[in-house]
Amino acid sequence: MDSFRYVRAQDDAHAIALARRAKTAQQGADIRYIAGGTTLVDLMKLDVERPQTLIDITHLPLTEVKAAPGGGVEIGAMVRNSDLAHHPLIQRGYPVLSEALLSGASAQLRNKATTGGNLLQRTRCMYFRDVALPCNKREPGSGCGAITGINRMMAILGGSEHCIATNPSDMNVALAALEAMVHIEGASGRRAIPIADFHLLPGETPQRETVLQPGDLVSHIVLPPAAPGSRSTYLKLRDRASYEFALASAAVVATVESGRIQRVRIAMGGVGTKPWRFIEAELMLTGMPATTASYKQVAAAALKDARPQSQNGFKVALAQRCLVHALRQATQTV
Amino acid sequence: MQPSDANKHPRGSFAVSSRRGFLGQLGIAGLAAAAPPSAGSAEASPAELTEHYIPASAVPVSLRVNGVRHDLRLDPRTTLLDALREHLHLTGTKKGCDHGQCGACTVHIDGRRINACLCLAVMHDGDQITTIEGLGAPEKLHPMQAAFLASDAYQCGYCTPGQIMSATALMKEPCGPSDAAVKEAMSGNICRCGAYVNILEAIQTVRKAS
Repeated sequence: MDSFRYVRAQDDAHAIALARRAKTAQQGADIRYIAGGTTLVDLMKLDVERPQTLIDITHLPLTEVKAAPGGGVEIGAMVRNSDLAHHPLIQRGYPVLSEALLSGASAQLRNKATTGGNLLQRTRCMYFRDVALPCNKREPGSGCGAITGINRMMAILGGSEHCIATNPSDMNVALAALEAMVHIEGASGRRAIPIADFHLLPGETPQRETVLQPGDLVSHIVLPPAAPGSRSTYLKLRDRASYEFALASAAVVATVESGRIQRVRIAMGGVGTKPWRFIEAELMLTGMPATTASYKQVAAAALKDARPQSQNGFKVALAQRCLVHALRQATQTV
Repeated sequence: MQPSDANKHPRGSFAVSSRRGFLGQLGIAGLAAAAPPSAGSAEASPAELTEHYIPASAVPVSLRVNGVRHDLRLDPRTTLLDALREHLHLTGTKKGCDHGQCGACTVHIDGRRINACLCLAVMHDGDQITTIEGLGAPEKLHPMQAAFLASDAYQCGYCTPGQIMSATALMKEPCGPSDAAVKEAMSGNICRCGAYVNILEAIQTVRKAS
């Protein structure tokens, strides 16, 4: 691990004033915020991240989960994953988020990892994590080792010829289905970004993963009011029963009326280069009978643009079945 | 709370003739033999020989471990795990993967279990830290330690401190009564010997008794 200067942020303005001098807020940033550290310290030990300055933001007062003014819930960026998963406002109104959080990592990591950190969780792609291997995300222009190499875990949606790494977060999948807003404080003021626009596709610049600019501090996340009468589920399929990243996962929030889908939101993890929202599939499913036949039809359409790699062709069928099963669970279709 | 001079002496329950003490003596003998003769080196105490190089960038950190305050100067890169093991000589907390994947380094910070290997010590200035050494003593075991003994919940024992720290924290967490719920809650602690069946039995024994 390279040496760094450690600074404890006194308040948001102090943190932002220090961090805005960074050359980038993306891969390889020279100045980094640190909160739970479960991703950053890990990547610093691997020399994948080599910040010269760490700004400790764990003492900033961003630790509340509370009812938002216009309905909905506001979640401070520093709220620990375990506290969020067990919070009554989340368990009652947004159980899909609670389930997603509890399906990720281990109890120890969830006690440490924060909401803002989970939002910014880095890929588990082994080429990204090993500095001896080529990776366009870590070292632009060095090539993608995964495309011609070991790619069983990689994305089947949203990849480019430069990068096919998945976003590993379970929380982000639930946030996508809940249409969360990410609130950011930065050098030029405050702004709010829909979760769907927060993460970027790799394209030709896989080193850029989010819209964040130097100095930008994720302050909180707002969940819109829960859809009345909706039911939800988070289904995660993986190589082990616990403590493993998803091969495919699905967050579904659905409202059924008179046997038909009145409203549905669908997002998936483990398959996309960012948390993957299926808006076309949602539109298609709206108004259809809440039956397994409908779900199979929609799941097939949802994955029609999937581009599997040499070792993960199975993910197409797995993702379809994952989605069908999640829709059945959420709508209690037997 | 009593302050202590942390880097001086190894502390721990098995000070008399432990394997670590024996290996430590060997290391010191080796060092002394290899070092060029200089005044006083033959009488160098273990504390002097194991004293750490403190870089100019070191920062003051006050760690409160098992009820004792330790005032240290640490390189900011020092993890809580390395501070405990290398600076405070509390070697009960184990280093397994050093990347938050195995759970061997599990300790409690302000009562909650975390992976010490992913914590920068400097970020835990003033926090209450509990390690396996603070849980019980050989003559007065914590009920979870006693249950691990009774259930033979280990083979090599390397993961055991982490398993026990995890299990004691689990007692205060929302966790269903079933074996499946305990297995899920303990999935962050890997046992390569595969003592899982007996670990589960030990934890459920304590949960049912409390």
